[in-house]
Amino acid sequence: MIYDFLLKLTGSEIAAGFIQSLLPLFVFILPFALFAVLLERKVSAHMQDRLGPMRTGYHGILQTVADIIKLVQKEDIVPTNSDKPLFNIAPVLVFTGSYAAFAAIPFSSAFIGSNIDLGLFFIVAVSGLVVAGILMAGWASNNKYTLLGAMRSAAQVISYEIPTMLVILTIVMMTGTLNLTTLSELQTGYFWNWMILGGPVAGLVKLAFIPSMFIGFVIIYISTLAEVNRTPFDIPEAESELVSGYHTEYSGMKFAMFFLAEYANMFAVSAIVAAVFFGGYQSPIGYLGNTLDILWLIPIEQFFWFTFKGVFFVFVQMWLRWTLPRLRVDQLMALCWKYLIPIAFVNLLIVGLITVL
Amino acid sequence: MPLKTEEMVLNMGPQHPSTHGVLRLELQLEGEIIKAVKPHIGYLHRCFEKHTEVMTYPQVIPYVDRMDYLASMYNEFGYAIAVEKLLGIEVPERVDFIRVIMGELQRIASHLVAIGTYGADLGAFTPFLFAFRDREKILSLFEMTCGGRLLYNYIWVGGVSHDLHPDFVRLTREFISYFRPNIKEMNELLSFNKIFVERTANVGILPLDTAINFGISGPNLRASGIKWDLRRDDPYSVYNRFDFEIPIGDGRMGTVGDCWDRYFIRILEMEESLKIIEQALDQLPEGDVTSAIPKRIKPPVGQVYTRVENPRGELGYFIISNGSLNPFRVKVRAPSFVNLGIMDELCRGHMIADVIAILGSIDIVLGEIDR
Repeated sequence: MIYDFLLKLTGSEIAAGFIQSLLPLFVFILPFALFAVLLERKVSAHMQDRLGPMRTGYHGILQTVADIIKLVQKEDIVPTNSDKPLFNIAPVLVFTGSYAAFAAIPFSSAFIGSNIDLGLFFIVAVSGLVVAGILMAGWASNNKYTLLGAMRSAAQVISYEIPTMLVILTIVMMTGTLNLTTLSELQTGYFWNWMILGGPVAGLVKLAFIPSMFIGFVIIYISTLAEVNRTPFDIPEAESELVSGYHTEYSGMKFAMFFLAEYANMFAVSAIVAAVFFGGYQSPIGYLGNTLDILWLIPIEQFFWFTFKGVFFVFVQMWLRWTLPRLRVDQLMALCWKYLIPIAFVNLLIVGLITVL
Repeated sequence: MPLKTEEMVLNMGPQHPSTHGVLRLELQLEGEIIKAVKPHIGYLHRCFEKHTEVMTYPQVIPYVDRMDYLASMYNEFGYAIAVEKLLGIEVPERVDFIRVIMGELQRIASHLVAIGTYGADLGAFTPFLFAFRDREKILSLFEMTCGGRLLYNYIWVGGVSHDLHPDFVRLTREFISYFRPNIKEMNELLSFNKIFVERTANVGILPLDTAINFGISGPNLRASGIKWDLRRDDPYSVYNRFDFEIPIGDGRMGTVGDCWDRYFIRILEMEESLKIIEQALDQLPEGDVTSAIPKRIKPPVGQVYTRVENPRGELGYFIISNGSLNPFRVKVRAPSFVNLGIMDELCRGHMIADVIAILGSIDIVLGEIDR
């Protein structure tokens, strides 16, 4: 829809495609990162009996803007013994990986970067780029701490992609689609049609699906936490052990790119969880646009609901971060390989059996 | 041809977020497994012991403040007792009670830092701020009494510098009733958290005989399962008049003497300290606190060794007097210094992340190690 509109506006397919691909960046990722950093600070502050930033603007709402200005002004330090080309490419690669994932995220029925049939697969595949970037950053910095951080990170992200994929596979088996828009459309109607509550099927089968879906949700949420390196799985950047992990040597705007990528990634994984289990952009209680008979209101409402769900899961990630300690690297691997993957497999088999019957 | 692997040497510190100051640990690693740990100390050496030789006895007190800067009151306490023993003077009863109250408040403040930073070392940042929030209240009590929040110069030879503020007793009681529930909160948030227990239980186990051989003292020794507390076993001041328990490690979550035991013993000790403070406040006698302070401190020729139970262990002062106004020698037996020696023994075979857990559980203060 956006594409058609842009095509009419610019009259050129290339320009329309270009603008459309840039839209998520400027309309969503950058403002979201600004908002999320502030949210993180405020959430942590209020959980810890503090006020958080209060001086920049009303209750510190301009704090992130000030931070970004500070980061841009900073000297861009490249360590003497670093592998310079890799050192410079790494932050770009990490940022690209997390930004590209946004291309296939359906913000509403009218606003999706690229409505490809392999949407889910694309997001998971493109997120793999982030690992390459992290490894590059860790290696190129020529520092033992960053190298350790990068190695841990690579091991962690790759292992946790397996349970994520298994859960996604479960859903794909049920719905028969990898397209996120189709997946969202399937869960239309009210909240009892969401996948977490058994999906858009009726009768006893629905009840049989519910436990599996809850297990699947818990597994995918834990694994995505690990994939974006958040507490209790923030081992790659474990501040108290590895200083700050793979981005220890980065400063200025390059550091900001890692930072931005982290927050973009947080939303991306939350968006997957929301799209797969919580109805995507569908409203839980019906649309005002339908009631009032104003059709253009519906996509806007959908955008609101999707953002709301995404931000809610981001909030839960922050909540966990400021509550829990950190696991050790071997415990993290044990959790993934000994618990999450077997459970995800069994879950997959159960859902498969129910679907066949 | 067999593959040759090399051990990696990793320097942790002196600029590192969780070495608790300027400690440098030289880690020999095989992958992430620790082969050996070599602590390098001396980055905070301020020639304290040499300085004292040109100071008069009261002038040393601000220097002992700066050794274990998280337990300044207790350092002064030990020093004052040592010099009083050398001089052979008795202090008024009220002074003894005030010293005990201050010492136990300081113990709580110090343990709060230990617990809070331990949480932060393991990635839980919120308990850290909760602990500091409560410590702040204790520091305000100290500030009300003597004006200092970190370094006090309060306990003097023969007395204390000021009497208590008229509101002190009331506010301290208020603090006790405020603080008791917060210990429970800390237990719910951190002590019994599944991830925290996973990280600390059965990690860095310190058997009792090893602990004794290395001269470990304080909470670290008690966590290995022995009731050894100088407040009871070698009483000084008026500690024999109070009724309190000596908590020991019981291996509730893993093995006796693991990191969790060393952590939890501090939580239990805070509760015991609250009990002591309550009793001391009830029995607090009236009197003059400055009457016994000598005008000129010139002890006779001789030497003395006294030891007190500092929040970190046995704090000993060995003072030699040659009959002049300055001490001939002041040697401090710093508990952190002795406790740090166990690092290599505890860390071998563990992972890098465990080094942080073990170092945090030993609870060192670099100011005291380097002096």
